[in-house]
Amino acid sequence: MQNDKPILILNNISQRYGSNTVVDGLSLTLERGRIGCLLGPSGCGKTTVLRCIAGFEKIRAGDIRLDDEVVSTAQLHVPPEKRRIGMVFQDYALFPHLTAQQNIGFGLHKLSRSDRQQRQDELLTLIGLNDAGKLYPHQLSGGQQQRIALARALAPRPKLLLLDEPFSNLDISLRERLCNDVREIIKREGTTALMVTHDQHEAFAVADDIAIMHHGVIQQWDSAYNLYHRPANRFVADFIGKGVFVQGVVLEGSRVETELGVLEGELHAPCARGCVVDVLLRPDDIVHDDASPQTAVVIGKAFQGADILYTLRLPSSMQVLALVPSHHNHAIGQAIGIRLATDHVIAFNPEVVE
Amino acid sequence: MDVSTTPIASSSGAGRLSVLRTLGPWRLVALLITLLVLVPISVVLSSLLNPEPEIWNHLVENVLADLAINTLWLIAGVASGTLVLGVSLAWLTAVCQFPGRRLFAWALLLPLAVPAYVTAFVAVGLLDFTGPLQTWWRAEFGLEQFPEIRSRGGVIAVMILAFYPYVYLIARNAFQTQGQRAMEAAQSLGLNRWGGFWRVSLPMARPWIVGGVMLVVMECLADFGTVAVFNYDTFTSGIYKAWYSLFSLPAASQLASLLVIIVFAILLLEQQARARMSYTQIGRGAAQQQRIQLHGWRGWLVTLYASVILLIAFIVPVMQLLLWTMEYALNDLDARYFQFLWHSLLLATLTAVAVGMTALVLAYAGRRHRDLPTRVLIRVSTMGYALPGPVLAVGTFIPIAWFDNLLIDTAQQWFNLEISQLLQGTLITMLLALIVRFQAVGFSSIDGHMQRITTSVDDAARSLGCSGLNLLRRIHLPILSGGIFTGMMLVFVDVMKEMPITLMTRPFGWDTLAVRIFELTSEGEWQRAALPAIAIVIAGLLPTLLLTRHAER
Repeated sequence: MQNDKPILILNNISQRYGSNTVVDGLSLTLERGRIGCLLGPSGCGKTTVLRCIAGFEKIRAGDIRLDDEVVSTAQLHVPPEKRRIGMVFQDYALFPHLTAQQNIGFGLHKLSRSDRQQRQDELLTLIGLNDAGKLYPHQLSGGQQQRIALARALAPRPKLLLLDEPFSNLDISLRERLCNDVREIIKREGTTALMVTHDQHEAFAVADDIAIMHHGVIQQWDSAYNLYHRPANRFVADFIGKGVFVQGVVLEGSRVETELGVLEGELHAPCARGCVVDVLLRPDDIVHDDASPQTAVVIGKAFQGADILYTLRLPSSMQVLALVPSHHNHAIGQAIGIRLATDHVIAFNPEVVE
Repeated sequence: MDVSTTPIASSSGAGRLSVLRTLGPWRLVALLITLLVLVPISVVLSSLLNPEPEIWNHLVENVLADLAINTLWLIAGVASGTLVLGVSLAWLTAVCQFPGRRLFAWALLLPLAVPAYVTAFVAVGLLDFTGPLQTWWRAEFGLEQFPEIRSRGGVIAVMILAFYPYVYLIARNAFQTQGQRAMEAAQSLGLNRWGGFWRVSLPMARPWIVGGVMLVVMECLADFGTVAVFNYDTFTSGIYKAWYSLFSLPAASQLASLLVIIVFAILLLEQQARARMSYTQIGRGAAQQQRIQLHGWRGWLVTLYASVILLIAFIVPVMQLLLWTMEYALNDLDARYFQFLWHSLLLATLTAVAVGMTALVLAYAGRRHRDLPTRVLIRVSTMGYALPGPVLAVGTFIPIAWFDNLLIDTAQQWFNLEISQLLQGTLITMLLALIVRFQAVGFSSIDGHMQRITTSVDDAARSLGCSGLNLLRRIHLPILSGGIFTGMMLVFVDVMKEMPITLMTRPFGWDTLAVRIFELTSEGEWQRAALPAIAIVIAGLLPTLLLTRHAER
């Protein structure tokens, strides 16, 4: 009998160490079967949130509900071993004295021997490491250790799986593949999961919903597409993807006038008309067009394979970024034609410069 | 549901019980272990506070000056000797290439297996006036001039040969781990290898070298058996004589208190050296570094140097022991001998088990509570390694005797019972003092393994439903078993070798191998002392071989 209630609800939780507030009234709801992600720069409090959910830390205020049951308030604390939450640690924390298979079976000691064996085999197959069951952690590669840690956490069929920076100890070349593997494994087990990372590419590759965290609160809780194209505030706009802000004035009819011309499209701005704003321009909002009367001078270029990311200077000396197919190879100092290609316009109050 | 939740204790309820609760079981036991160290130190030091003028005057007039000068000479001589020997051999085997280097790299550690007092009595037996060497010398040359072995120079030479491996081991480790990069940087700045040694390698290794020499100084201060063989009076033998020859426990404890102060001063120096030990790690040591090739006669000269040291520090003493053993074993290998052996094994096993358990508690307390008070508790509990055996013997005996007398008086006054001493005739005094003395040996081995278990391993186990004693049983004990075993083995061997505590606090007639050696050597029966000594050397080879396995790579 499937139940539609959210698996995890964080309601206004706070945590501080001494006078240092790390989590400040944070709320979040994770639906059953989804993979969520807390994404933010280091020191934003994301790992602390994870540890509070797991029960390794007690919270100072608010409450945490797991599967419709209160597990943490300022007064009440269900110990981690009673929560049925699985966790994959940054350093994997495999038990060095146990084989891969015994590690996976560690949380299954209440099962009968044959049931445990069956579950162990099932998971080894799921993670594609059938041959590695008898090996000890130090005999496994980093990627293998990570998958064993994942299988160990999944083995007791936890209500919720937490992953703390699960890819940070791996080679960059491995990460992409393992991100897909991990997502696949979690989805096949049908587990709800919450991951923490500082790397947006990992977040995009693994998660369904992403929360951008900064200063102990969630700035935006959304899909990857919306975080990139509809950032809720300047921090999110800055943190996700590349881009620049150009100054503009909001005109009637959802248009914004800038040095590059008048932008049209679905407008998100702080006022209806007349105010001065900063408009977010992503590199893909600016298209290279030799026929365009508007030109800009190339002052920097970064070859990225299929594309080249140009840094361009406008006549007013303002700089913008443009993503251009890489066969349009221009030299630094050359003037190239550009035009705008926006279908939505994101504008914020101008930043106060002190 | 309610059962599974633990409300966070918010009531700051008064009463002793809440203090106990905040302390927690681990720290409570750690506190008790700390008392084992604190009581003897306080007892000994308190004798400074109420000096008895008569004893004090006697000490100052008759013995103090001699003891101080002898001790000072011993420290200065042995420290500089081990420094030169240890550092030179360490550098040669760690950085240079000469014929036989791989063999010497580990073989030069072997003297660790032979207690200094064994080397001492073999040296005296060999080189004394009636010994084979001098007899032959006189017969051959008719000369009487032969350096007197039972002299200050003799005792210093023997202790250098016995203790240089400490400096060698630590300095070699420093030279090996400081890596190739610093040396390459120096060379790129225009220094040759030799200049690089003096201006880069040696200064970088200095904190370790100082640490090693300090360890040697501690060993000198704590040594009892060697100086006893040479009849060279230092503080340790002074304490023993005050107690057993003058029958003056107060005089013994006055001397002990002075020794404690000296030890604390050295400890402070060692602490400072240790604080600077972090600056040398430049890159992970490149193991296969290019060695300085010593070709031709230079290489063979170094080989000769290392061979001579190995020969006189290990091979000759052990060969002589074997010869003497074969000569006298038939007579002495009797029931009494097996009783000494049994006592030694029993005492070493009991202490090893006790230290294994207490060290585990200490290491666990340190893991559970990472606060300052706990760190202080652990630091104090493991301080006994610095306290010379005679000090601990006096400091442990006095409170136990006091407690015994209290029991006797109480029984007499209140119950009109005549009881005899309860604790003094048992092994308890000796065991307590030995546990304190060797706590650090067990602790550092167990704690070293404990440090390697990251906190996320604990967290992982808890998230999988395993907590409390189950965590200890399923995770910590299996991972720690190697460390516990090593720690207990080291303690076992140390107790086998230990002489002054066993000698001064054993029940009457309860002799061990080490005590037997003391008795035989004080009667000048060097040859007969070889049989009990050989058993101790064999036991001592165990941890030495373990060490050499690490040194070999």
